[in-house]
Amino acid sequence: MYVVVAGGGKVGSNVTRSLLEMRHEITLIEQRPDRFARLEEEFGPVVMRGDATEISVLERAGIARPPELLLAVTGDDEDNLVISQIGKEGYGVPKAIARVNDPRNQQHFDLLGIKQTFCATTNILGLVEHEVPEHGLVRLLELQQEGLEIVEVQIEKNSRVAGKRVGGLSLPSGSRLISVFRHGRTELVEPGTVLRPGDQVLAVVSNDSALDLRRVLLGAPK
Amino acid sequence: MVIGCGRTGSAVARGLADGGWDVTAVDESEDALQRLGPRWRGGFVVGHGMDVAMLERAGVADADAAVVSTGGDNTNIVIGQVLHRRYEIDHVAIRVLDPARAKFFADRGLHTVCPTQTAISVLLESVQASAPQSAQASP
Repeated sequence: MYVVVAGGGKVGSNVTRSLLEMRHEITLIEQRPDRFARLEEEFGPVVMRGDATEISVLERAGIARPPELLLAVTGDDEDNLVISQIGKEGYGVPKAIARVNDPRNQQHFDLLGIKQTFCATTNILGLVEHEVPEHGLVRLLELQQEGLEIVEVQIEKNSRVAGKRVGGLSLPSGSRLISVFRHGRTELVEPGTVLRPGDQVLAVVSNDSALDLRRVLLGAPK
Repeated sequence: MVIGCGRTGSAVARGLADGGWDVTAVDESEDALQRLGPRWRGGFVVGHGMDVAMLERAGVADADAAVVSTGGDNTNIVIGQVLHRRYEIDHVAIRVLDPARAKFFADRGLHTVCPTQTAISVLLESVQASAPQSAQASP
């Protein structure tokens, strides 16, 4: 597979190393002279010096072939957006993955059609939420294209659904309970499953109904 | 709305205000207010153009036109698209210094303005107009 990586910071250089080990063909673009020199020492001719938001630089990197994958992983969200747009809209790159540095900019990537993104801060926050069970609802996995989320909810003692059958709950539309984890064992949820305090419930919810589900299972958020 | 209030943005903001427009200028730095001059009666908001909460406080929902002229081409391209697509401002003029990028996004329906391209054309014309007849005729 041919991959163009824009940005040779921690993310770009480590991804390049791994992809090279997997024997993919890579071009890594880095603008800063000091960083470029270090990268060239390790990766040799794989690294190209230039501003990856410049069309001529992307063309020298073979954007017109086009690569199967374009990774826009600089430390600047505007640059990552523009690189992804040029690749996808101008050269028909089938897949572009962009790094979101500031989670507040996620909405701009969504607006401009850059669907595949990753954001370290959001991921870390997700992990923090997982470590804080009082929070009640943990977002485990976001399937952006499908508009679905897998979430985990812990049933508490005072939760209004404790002791109730799943079949009798009125869950928000677009949500399903998948499984219940209790006493070290996982059971798939059936209409007859009774929820108990301490249960960790996995659910799939569409778009923005996660908080509605939380309200049903736990009562209004604290 | 004028996003980015440097030499260009501030002059555009003042020109529009003189022409009777109700103008709000936005800049990351408070110092930019000085460029608008002592007689400035328009709005001025400190913030980054990517910050939608700030844009909304500045009144983006009511804007009829926008000029995006911060110091960064890519920042301008992204903010310009946000203003155009999310806030449905019909006329958004976006300053892009790199001619290739300006053309790329112009071809995709954005109203980009490229001062570099203008300078190139003007300089070329000025030299060509001064050249003797023989130089103009040679291939």
